[in-house]
Amino acid sequence: MQNRWMRIAITLVAGLALGSGVALAAEEAGHEGAGHGVEWQHWKAGNEVNNQASLQRGAANFVNYCMGCHSLKYMRYQRMAEDLHISTEQLQANLIPTGAKPTDYMLSSFPAADAEAWFGRAPPDLSLVARARGTDWVYRFLKGFYVDKTRPIGTNNLALEGAAMPAVLSDLEGVKAVVFAAGPAGPEGREVEHFETVAAGRLKSEEFDGFVRDTVNFLDYAGDPSQVRRRSIGLWVVLFLLVFTAFAWLLKKEYWKDVH
Amino acid sequence: MGGNNDALPVRTGFMGWLNKRLPVDQFMRDQLTGYYAPKNFNFWYFFGVLSLVALVLQLVTGIFLTMHYKVGETTAFDSVQYIMREVPYGDLIRYMHSTGASAFFIVVYLHMFRAFLYGSYKGPRELLWLFGMAVYLALMAEAFMGYVLPWGNMSYWGAGVIVNIFGTIPVIGPGLVDWIRGDYGIADATLNRFFSLHVVAVPLVLLLLVALHLVALRQNGSNNPDGIEIKEKKGPDGIPLDGIPFHPYYTLKDLVGVGVFLILFAVVMFFVPTFGGLFLEAANFEPANPVSTPDEIAPVWYFTPYYAILRAVPNQRLGALLMALSLIFFFLLPWLDRSPVKSWRYRPVRWRVALGIFVVSFIGLGYLGMQKPEGLYVLLARIFTVLYFAFFVLMPFYTRGESTSRVPERVTFHHD
Repeated sequence: MQNRWMRIAITLVAGLALGSGVALAAEEAGHEGAGHGVEWQHWKAGNEVNNQASLQRGAANFVNYCMGCHSLKYMRYQRMAEDLHISTEQLQANLIPTGAKPTDYMLSSFPAADAEAWFGRAPPDLSLVARARGTDWVYRFLKGFYVDKTRPIGTNNLALEGAAMPAVLSDLEGVKAVVFAAGPAGPEGREVEHFETVAAGRLKSEEFDGFVRDTVNFLDYAGDPSQVRRRSIGLWVVLFLLVFTAFAWLLKKEYWKDVH
Repeated sequence: MGGNNDALPVRTGFMGWLNKRLPVDQFMRDQLTGYYAPKNFNFWYFFGVLSLVALVLQLVTGIFLTMHYKVGETTAFDSVQYIMREVPYGDLIRYMHSTGASAFFIVVYLHMFRAFLYGSYKGPRELLWLFGMAVYLALMAEAFMGYVLPWGNMSYWGAGVIVNIFGTIPVIGPGLVDWIRGDYGIADATLNRFFSLHVVAVPLVLLLLVALHLVALRQNGSNNPDGIEIKEKKGPDGIPLDGIPFHPYYTLKDLVGVGVFLILFAVVMFFVPTFGGLFLEAANFEPANPVSTPDEIAPVWYFTPYYAILRAVPNQRLGALLMALSLIFFFLLPWLDRSPVKSWRYRPVRWRVALGIFVVSFIGLGYLGMQKPEGLYVLLARIFTVLYFAFFVLMPFYTRGESTSRVPERVTFHHD
C-alpha cells in the first residue's frame, strides 16, 4: 500500500514518456506514403537551436537578407551577440547598421509607408514567426517560392498562396517553376508534381537548404531567446526535485512504519 | 501524539508569551496534530493538497507578472514579450504561471473525480461539495480572464466567442454583453476590467471560497476510499480507531505527492511549456487583430467539454442553456445520487458503468471541443452530450434501491 502511489507516479512518468514517443512515431508514420511528386508539405526545418555555429550563420543571413524589410522588434543586438557568442568587434563590424547602438532593437530601416505602397502590405515583424507558424512552416515558406506570371510581383509561394513578398533569395536558390499535380489542394496547399529550374542560383541545392535551415534556426532562437538557458536550468531543477522527493519518501516511510 | 482532549503543553519564554496572545499551539493541535484523518487515503487523495499548491503557485507568480505586465491594448502584448526576454528569469515566471493554469485544472478535475469515486459529495458533506464547485466556477472565470490578458489573437477572438454566449440570454442578453465588454466590441476597456477582475476581485473570492471549503472539510473530516465515517468508531480515548494525526503522517505523505507533482510540473514548464499547443496556442503568438480571424477558434483544453456541448446544439440559445445546465448539474449531485452507500467499491456494476460512461463522455467532449465540428464529430458530440445529461438526469432512478454490497465496519487497504 505504502508503495502504491510510487508505482503510480512511476507509471505516470513512464506513460507520459511512452505516450509522447508513440505520438511522435505516429506523426512520422503519417508522413510516409502520402503519395507522389514533391512532398513539400513534409519538408522539415530540422534545425538545432543549441548549434551556435548555425545560429551565427543564421544571424548573418537574417541581417543581410531579411532585415532590409523585416524587423525583430523585441530583440536587441547586444542580447543576440551575448547569446550567440559574437564578439563586440564582430557585431560592430558586420551586424549593426551604421549609427545603431548595440543596445538598440533590431529594427529595419524600411519605411512602413513605402513598404505598403510597393508590396500592398508592410513586411511583418519576425520576432515570433517561428512560434506562431512553426519552424517547419518558415522553412517551407523560404524554399517555397516559384515563378507565377499571374502575380504582380511575378512569384508566388507554396506555403503562403498569394504571398506579397518577392523571392529575395532567388540569387542564391535560383529561379524555379512548379508543375502542379492534378486534383484538389490539401489542407496545407497544392500538390506538386515536380519543379523545373528556370535559372540556376549561386548555391547548390544542399547549400541552399543549409542556408535556409540556419536562418530558420536563428528565427527559432529569436522567438524565444531564453530557451536554451531555460532547458539547462530545468535539468538541474528536475534533478534537485528528484533528490528532494526521494528523501521526502524515505522520511514518510520511516514515519508510516507504525501505521497498520 | 496528543488527542484533542489532552492539555496543551505548558510553555515558557517567548512561546509562552506568544501563546498567551495568539493560539499557536491550540491551532496546531486542532488543525494538524490533533486532527485525525482516515489512515487509508490512496493516490486520489493527493489532489486536494495539490490544488492548494497550484493556487499558491498562481498567486505568487501572478504577483511577479503584475510587476511587469502593462495592461492596455497597445502595451499588453509587448509587455508579455518584455517579460519573456528582458525581465531576469521572466520567462520562468511566465511559464510557471501559464503551465500552472493548466496544472490547476488537471488536479482540480482529478480531485472532483475522486469525489465521484468515493461519494465524497454525499451527506454530511454536501456543503463541502458546493463550496468546491463554487471554487471551480470562480477558477473558470479566473482562467478565462487571465487568458485574455496577453492580448494575443486567440485571446481576442476567444474572448469574443465566450462573452457572446451571454448574448443568448433572452431580453437582457445584448445589453449584458455590452456591460461585460464596456464597449461595443472586445476592446481596451474589456482588457482593463478583465485585468482588474483577474488580479483582485476573483482571487479574493477564490481565497474566501477555499477557506470555506477547508472549514467545511474540518467540520466532518475527510471521507475515505471506503466511504466510512471514522468518527463513528472511536477508542476509549475518544480518538477514531481508523484515524491518524494529519501531522506528521499526511503532511509527510503529501510532501512526497507535492514532490512528484513538481517534478512533472517542472518537466512541462522547462521543456514543453506550450505542450503541443494545448497549454499555449500558436495563434496567440500573434497580437490581437480585429481583422484577422484565427483558422479555428477553440478555448483552452479545460473548457473544451463545455464548448463541445455548446456547439453540439444547432440552436445557439439552446446550446448556451445546455452548457449552463451541464455545470448546474454538478451542484445538484448530492441530491441526485440516492444510493445509501458512498464508495463505488460497495456500489453495484450499474453505478460503475454509469460513472464510466460519464467519464468517457466528458473526455470525449473535451477532445471534440478542440476539433473542427465536421461530419462524424458533430454526431459524436451529440451522442456524448446526451450521455452526459443522461448520467445526471437519470441518476435518481438508477441509484434508488441500489443492491449494494456490505460496507465494512472498519477501513480497508483495497487496491483499486
